[in-house]
Amino acid sequence: MKSVYLDNNATTSVAPEAVEAMMPYLTDIWGNASSVFYETGQRAEEALAALRKSVADNLGAANPNEIYFTASGCEADNWAVKGIAYANKRKGNHIITTKIEHHAILGACEFLEKQGFEVTYLDVDKYGFVTPEAVENAIKDNTILISIMTANNEIGTIMPIKEIAKVAKAHKIPFHTDAVQAIGHIPINVQELGVDMLSLSAHKFHGPKGVGVLYVKNGIRIENLIHGGGQERGKRAATENLAGIAGLAKALDMAVSNLDKNMAHMTKMRDMLIDGIRERVDYIKLNGPEGENRLCNNVNFSYEFIEGESILMRLNMKGIAASSGSACASGSLDPSHVLLAIGVPHEIAHGSIRFSVGSDTTEEEIKYVLDELPKIITGLRMMSPMYEAFEDGKLESFTAKLKEDK
Amino acid sequence: MYSEKVMDHFENPRNVGKLENANAIGEVGNATCGDIMKIYMRIENGIIEDVSFKTFGCGAAIATSSMATELVKGKSVEEAVKLTNKAVMEALDGLPPAKVHCSVLAEQAIHAALQDYQKKTGIDLGLSELEHEFDCASFHADMHKENN
Repeated sequence: MKSVYLDNNATTSVAPEAVEAMMPYLTDIWGNASSVFYETGQRAEEALAALRKSVADNLGAANPNEIYFTASGCEADNWAVKGIAYANKRKGNHIITTKIEHHAILGACEFLEKQGFEVTYLDVDKYGFVTPEAVENAIKDNTILISIMTANNEIGTIMPIKEIAKVAKAHKIPFHTDAVQAIGHIPINVQELGVDMLSLSAHKFHGPKGVGVLYVKNGIRIENLIHGGGQERGKRAATENLAGIAGLAKALDMAVSNLDKNMAHMTKMRDMLIDGIRERVDYIKLNGPEGENRLCNNVNFSYEFIEGESILMRLNMKGIAASSGSACASGSLDPSHVLLAIGVPHEIAHGSIRFSVGSDTTEEEIKYVLDELPKIITGLRMMSPMYEAFEDGKLESFTAKLKEDK
Repeated sequence: MYSEKVMDHFENPRNVGKLENANAIGEVGNATCGDIMKIYMRIENGIIEDVSFKTFGCGAAIATSSMATELVKGKSVEEAVKLTNKAVMEALDGLPPAKVHCSVLAEQAIHAALQDYQKKTGIDLGLSELEHEFDCASFHADMHKENN
């Protein structure tokens, strides 16, 4: 059977070059980078320094000592939020973020709320944007952190990070951005963006799982999250995962070097999919913005009258991998918090599917999806009592109403 | 995550669609919670001669609807009233814990259709009005309680 992978916002295939870059650290250079009194440890230490410099250069950081390797994007997010909160709790206890952050940020914020911190979860507009003005209006005397994602993982909204960073800077408040979905999809330069902290995760850009980075600008005070040994200049205990770091560094180097080419290709695949679905399927809603402020690889539609998990399962029967914002697929009771935050009603949100293309997605694969998806949607609608009610005139279509309102 | 039988009933649902000459119809669930099941029956001389379903919901919702219709097809209404969610689950070789509520919904959908029959014919099957619950959290929680 055909196999089409369109879930690159979830994870990506590991680039063979990244695997190759990792191999020496699993075979020859297996030493502990902290054990510098014998050769294999020294080689590991030297390699780590070179990899850190490469990552710093590719992110536009002023100094390699601003790069901290973590075990995941999730850890980087948790560290940024909790680390800043605990380092600054004498100054204040207020944090500003948005309603559509990744659960890594929201979970850390909810944890801090239980510890007595106060969190403002900013509303977003119907496309998922938050404005720099809204951020500024939320700032209080006791605000100690602003954390806003660079790009949303579900609906692809690219936030005005540079402008928000200016606001944060003017008020002298540390600003963190979760750029996990942004790397490899938009240009990222920490100094040009003006951010104080930035999280990334290797497996979202063809690196291995289990390794991420928290960029922390020199001068930013942050408390440790992982306590123990003196690794990462005393800021993050744990023997460095050198193989993972090598894979991350190689994948990042490739993502940065090939950015223009990859962006152009992914944008083309994305638009082919968006336009194609619109031509072939009715009663749908594109979630997230259109054009250049949307991640070049993200397609998210709600399909009215049907439920997402059954769409996913039918897609899987045809060898197509995607993901859903439905409650059923996630095992929770509510559909995606992102879709609810942009004003998609529950019943429509349950029928949402995200396709995320990759730099290796082909035109032929998109055409295959465009052939199969409409049949799946029609098939499930024929089974749906909601669609029957709609056809009998007993139920109004939300998406049809949206179109009229335009 | 799903058994082979669940996958089979999801991939090849039995008795799906609207039954044109149905004389008993039941619908349960709501769109906000993410599942609605509608059951159509043609009942003659107390026998369910034909039955079909339409379902808005996840894979388990479709599979349990399909299995529930199979279990009551050709049965007398008295037998069909005894259908339990457990029987639906067993016939499907089990469901993941988060999907148990789908089997409860399938049982309720069959009962809702039989209740419609009871109302139309005056034949007492001992079915009382189902309470409609619109809060998904308590809806799902109640269903899990029923199964513990």
